[in-house]
Amino acid sequence: MKIFNSLKAVGLMVAGCLFLAACENPPPEAVQRGYRGVGQELLYNPDALSEAIANNQVPAPQPPIPAGGPKAGDIYENVEVLGDLSVGEFTRLMVAITEWVSPEEGCNYCHVDEGFQYDTKYTKKVARVMIAMTQKANVAWGDHVGGAGVTCYTCHRGQNIPEYVWATDPGRPHPPGVMTAGQNIASVNAAYSSLPNDSFSLYLEGDEEKAKDLPWRVAGRTALPNGNAANVKETEWIYSLMMHFSDSLGVNCTHCHNTRAFYDWEQSSPERVRAWHGIRMVREMNNDYINPTTDWLPDHRKGPLGDPLKVNCATCHQGAYQPLLGANMVNDYPNLAKYTVAAPTTDVGEEAEAAAESEENTEGMTAGN
Amino acid sequence: MSLLSFEKKYRVRGGTLIGGDLFDFWVGPFYVGFFGVSTAFFTILGTALILIGASQGDTWNVWQINIAPPDLSYGLGVAPLDEGGLWQLITICATGAFGSWALRQVEISRKLGMGLHIPFAFSFAILAYVTLVIIRPVLLGAWGHGFPYGILSHLDWVSNVGYQFLHFHYNPAHMIAITFFFTTAMALSMHGSLILMASDPAEGEKVKTGEHENTFFRDDIGYSIGALGIHRLGLFLALSAAWWSALCIVLSGPFWTKGWPEWWNWWLELPIWN
Repeated sequence: MKIFNSLKAVGLMVAGCLFLAACENPPPEAVQRGYRGVGQELLYNPDALSEAIANNQVPAPQPPIPAGGPKAGDIYENVEVLGDLSVGEFTRLMVAITEWVSPEEGCNYCHVDEGFQYDTKYTKKVARVMIAMTQKANVAWGDHVGGAGVTCYTCHRGQNIPEYVWATDPGRPHPPGVMTAGQNIASVNAAYSSLPNDSFSLYLEGDEEKAKDLPWRVAGRTALPNGNAANVKETEWIYSLMMHFSDSLGVNCTHCHNTRAFYDWEQSSPERVRAWHGIRMVREMNNDYINPTTDWLPDHRKGPLGDPLKVNCATCHQGAYQPLLGANMVNDYPNLAKYTVAAPTTDVGEEAEAAAESEENTEGMTAGN
Repeated sequence: MSLLSFEKKYRVRGGTLIGGDLFDFWVGPFYVGFFGVSTAFFTILGTALILIGASQGDTWNVWQINIAPPDLSYGLGVAPLDEGGLWQLITICATGAFGSWALRQVEISRKLGMGLHIPFAFSFAILAYVTLVIIRPVLLGAWGHGFPYGILSHLDWVSNVGYQFLHFHYNPAHMIAITFFFTTAMALSMHGSLILMASDPAEGEKVKTGEHENTFFRDDIGYSIGALGIHRLGLFLALSAAWWSALCIVLSGPFWTKGWPEWWNWWLELPIWN
């Protein structure tokens, strides 16, 4: 009799676990990321994986154009960024951009019938900024986008506005007396955790000099908490950003880190270095290209607090460890991988490299953050 | 250890599950039985294999000795000895030793005509281990998902596996398991202190009775679960802790590959407010 009671209890437990587990079926696809047994692994549901593969197919490139011919800047009026291209290459790229960004609206998403040279629509000005930004990413940020490069399609995927963008998040309305403190609202920005829901405003834009003093490195370097000045809030900021990294790339923390020592570059994967450059690339995109559009961007293209829609990891990655699973589109559009007007005065890429080196050199000396 | 004068009368023949009379004897205070022999066999062999594994590593520092499972590429196949094969053999030995020990407890219970509560309880501890190194790896399709044998290395595994799911504290079964572990500790400490306050009185005081114990808790929280009940409760709490902790890890991976915070979206998506 007692044994039956026990069996009933076990049955209830099994039923409970089935209820809880009503999610996925084994076995998942597994990827080993570290030495055997260390538990650095990525696990993927095969269904989700085939869905991701289907979602990350690239469109066929536009047919190539014979080289030569007059330059677009000499034939057309008001061509600022792509004037150096031949008319053929210029038209080919315009057709591609239309397919990538405004397939339904066509040319008129940016241009007006009175003449393609007029900057009447804000979208044309945005496109100019975006082309310059794309070129900068491909030229100066090879440490992050190298191998595959980026095109408009990397983010836009046939939509006017990329699916994953961000603006400063004011949080949700809440009753007076309840302090949300910028967290506890199950935000997708923090991979649905209770961590702060807007780490982007802190880490992914703003003054470069001040960025160095942000709470990036909160983990202690010693077994006992000696001299680590990072507080819980600071820790949660960076953890929130890291949750976003993981969620955007469809990976987990062990993609870059051996979690026994988050801080230690020696125990981290090379992808962490890529991510290091990525943070700086994204900050430059937001600071130098997107935020300056605030003055003339229409309100309906801004967030609730009036700042433009900006870039984070998800904008390009969209759930894949490499955007479009590493497919290289930029080879078919080499004009997006070089400066077609005079290069910017400072090469931020080189600066970032120098900063990376100096930071890595001082790595061992700085405790806490 | 000396034999108590009345103990002989409990040393009865029979009740064995296997081997008949063959190992039905005692060595000193210890009952042997077939499963005592198999326990010793697996324990000695497993320990020797651990020592061999340690000798192939680069340290004898007891904290850092690490015998790791095979690479995931070996799947559920057999790996070469120094590339995880030793881990596989040690896992077999450990499972054999733990299982033998539980069955030896069954034999002793049968000799004494008692219930099987102790082997039943111990089997939950075995289940937790077997879940980690056999059930979950089989469900995931590779022995390499098991945890490595090493004091620090298995903690690194715990850390990384937790972070595979971004934030393991959002795992609902983990929440329940932790709650049972803490509740077990609370129940045991309350029970232990109650027994001591009744049975170990101050100098000159009399030993108190079960009625004192019941009255204390009736006055305190309005209810006393009773002398038998507290042990049933304790068993339930402890077994539940082991059960839910085994469950929380077997869910992680085989049945859920994303971050655990995201699992709670079912709550956000309830039709009441969505």
